[in-house]
Amino acid sequence: MMLQVTGLTKIFGGLRAVDNASLGVDEGRIVALIGPNGAGKTTLFACIAGFLPLNAGRVEFLGRDITGLPVHEIARAGMVRTFQITQPFAKLTVHENIAVGAYQKFSNRAQAWAHAQAIAEQVGMAHMLAQPASELTVAGRKRLELARALATSPRLLLLDEVMAGLNPSEILEIIAIIRQIRDNGVTVLLIEHVMHAVMSLSDHIHVLSYGKIIAEGSPQQVVSNQAVVEAYLGRGSTANDAEADAAAGATHA
Amino acid sequence: MDPTILAAATINGLLLGGMYTLVASGLTLIYGVLHIINFAHGSMLMLAMFGVFYLLTKFGVDPYLAMVVMVPVMYVFGYALYKGVIGKLSNGKDENILLITLGLSILIENVALMLFKGDSRTISVSYSDRMIELGPTLVPLPKLISFAVALALCAALGLFMQRTDLGRAIRAVAKERVGARLVGIDVDRIFAISYGIGLATLGAAACLLMPIFYVSPTIGHVFVLVAFTVVVLGGMGSFLGAVVGGMIVGLTESFGGLYLGESLGQIGISLIFILILLLRPSGLFGARQ
Amino acid sequence: MTSTLKPVPWALHLTVLAIAVVFPFVFPSSFMVNFGVMALFYAFIGQSWNISGGFAGQLSFGHVAFFGVGAYASTIMQLRFGWSPWLGLPVSALAGALVGGVIAVLSFRAGLKGSYFALITLAFAEVLRIVTNSVSFTGGGLGLLIPMKASATNFQFAERIGFYFVILMLAALSVALAEWLRRSRFGAQLAAIRENEDSAKALGINVFREKVKVMLISGAISGMGGCFFAQYFLYIDPLVVFGVDKSVEMLLVSMIGGAGTVYGPLVGALLLASISDITRVLTQVQGLSLVLYGSLLVVIIAYLPNGLIDLFKRRRKPAGGQA
Repeated sequence: MMLQVTGLTKIFGGLRAVDNASLGVDEGRIVALIGPNGAGKTTLFACIAGFLPLNAGRVEFLGRDITGLPVHEIARAGMVRTFQITQPFAKLTVHENIAVGAYQKFSNRAQAWAHAQAIAEQVGMAHMLAQPASELTVAGRKRLELARALATSPRLLLLDEVMAGLNPSEILEIIAIIRQIRDNGVTVLLIEHVMHAVMSLSDHIHVLSYGKIIAEGSPQQVVSNQAVVEAYLGRGSTANDAEADAAAGATHA
Repeated sequence: MDPTILAAATINGLLLGGMYTLVASGLTLIYGVLHIINFAHGSMLMLAMFGVFYLLTKFGVDPYLAMVVMVPVMYVFGYALYKGVIGKLSNGKDENILLITLGLSILIENVALMLFKGDSRTISVSYSDRMIELGPTLVPLPKLISFAVALALCAALGLFMQRTDLGRAIRAVAKERVGARLVGIDVDRIFAISYGIGLATLGAAACLLMPIFYVSPTIGHVFVLVAFTVVVLGGMGSFLGAVVGGMIVGLTESFGGLYLGESLGQIGISLIFILILLLRPSGLFGARQ
Repeated sequence: MTSTLKPVPWALHLTVLAIAVVFPFVFPSSFMVNFGVMALFYAFIGQSWNISGGFAGQLSFGHVAFFGVGAYASTIMQLRFGWSPWLGLPVSALAGALVGGVIAVLSFRAGLKGSYFALITLAFAEVLRIVTNSVSFTGGGLGLLIPMKASATNFQFAERIGFYFVILMLAALSVALAEWLRRSRFGAQLAAIRENEDSAKALGINVFREKVKVMLISGAISGMGGCFFAQYFLYIDPLVVFGVDKSVEMLLVSMIGGAGTVYGPLVGALLLASISDITRVLTQVQGLSLVLYGSLLVVIIAYLPNGLIDLFKRRRKPAGGQA
């Protein structure tokens, strides 16, 4: 297990945003974290990456207990996250933004910039290197977040809704990019709402609802899991179906 | 130390504190509502004090009575300043506003320097030298009057904020800007009004301070740091904080001067400011961030 | 507050240096050489503010703390311990760096940012001013007088031009430092911290450590500025070297010229020194120059937030240039 989260709990005031959540990510996989809005997914990410202190639980990365370590140390260890609401370095150009990430690996300017350019090409941003980040569209910013994180040569990428706000063709591009990232040896844990992307990309899925992990498994397993369907569509939906079936059965008996 | 001296220092500190509370209440209102750190607060007070000075020396208006003039004038000035300059030019960024108010304070201070030259001025009225016995010490009457009026004004301001519709609107904007807009409150107008009220308190404070203090173009500096210390100590946006903070700062200055002497005594205020920011930036009564 | 990390072309550096070197020979009058000294002086201490405020985004209202500490450290070493005044430069750099480091560690550990950080630096400077004003070791309110003994080995020059070249060297070093920041990993990380601390952290940057580093550097430069000031004017007192005016001037020069740019402080310093000299010559009115500075600051923040340097940049790009 590259990443092992055990019993993570995060409480805000009286609210259990994350409740005794446990999940694991195997090296070389693409793992998805899904769940209805407000389930606590971003909070869980923030706790894992060190942005928020845990109330309980443990996070182990590459065999090392990283619970409570400062964010930058976790990033240096190889776990890098992106933000749901993009946070570009507004006044820097795309190239410079990505270079900041590249400087994690290369202290030499020429090498960092060359690496940044390569990453930009990989995510399809090579034609906008000189553009100030503040002028990018939402899609561009999402891609920039991804590129910047990728430039650090991470072992594990935490992608937070990197497809939100993208149109269908952009989504297809991102799916291909993420697959390629995995094929290049980077493990990916992603939060995503775009279901078809999750289905086609993920090797493994964890489902979070009201802060609790309610299911996990392969895409097929998760999709046919009753608890998961209820979490998304509301309790009673499957019960209604059953009643409807029974009534239909009775009528047609 | 002699208990009489201690008592005198305490009383002096409290009386001073009342003044500081009044000056700081405008600042804390402006911060609480607009989230602006009004660096120009000190120089505005200086302007108002010059106003009071000239009202007395040119028109013979008693400084306490001058409140009738100074408060509305400062209100209008503040409203206009917000609408015309601050609201328009700050482009929203927090640090930009700080820099703009810094620029304004430099501007105002040096215009004053050009117009009024650098010397200090004091005023004297018929009752300037009357002393009142207060326990073990003698206190100048103006100090006592100023203290009482300052507290009364703070109470009035507090009631206004709690009981009137406008006060409620202001508090709504302070708490939740977007929500206030959604229920139909004209947020920009509230900003202008709040800034106006903030400066109006300075108009009142100027009337209360002139009989017991002095004015020169550079006193803005002195008051800015004091006012900020009170606001930060009490908690940005909290009136109760401004009162408690004002008293504490007044006492600190008084006892600082007593134990450390004229020069070193001033250090107390800066040290409080530093300690609060390092240890508890939300202040005594401010909202926890 | 700034533009990008693009390096400044060498041709520009050499041109500016050449002009600066030739200047006192083309305009050898005492008045003009003094103008040159003051312009370069403000460019130097302005660059100090620029490095922490413009490049790293840590707005400070109390930079005079490092300046004053440098001035007093080098002067006291000279007066009370008989050290060579030239040693004052490294001493003042160390003193400035030390104070910068202490303030940085305390403030950043407490998580202070933005306006709160600006205000606490103001308070620290005030504390230093009050202490030096009250303690006899520093001469109290009377300040310290350096006996005039013009000689190059004594870091005093009978001819102003001597001082001119000293400050030119210091200013050139500060420009080199700024240029290095533009091209280096450290500078890129500072820019990241300025733009968005959370993202910077998420990319592995130790934000606290880098911020402290930049304050150490900035403090050292301001400190050296204080040493130079003491040697040039031969008199320092708490109000002059710890008063808020210097802090404001350092800030003004950078913000008006262009915070985060390499030559912003020089542009701002030239403008301010010009305004100062012109107003002093034309009128006897006290405070006029500062009225102009204050108005300039407001206007710049409102309409030209990247500083005057932006005007030069806009002229180079074609109107509405496509990226």
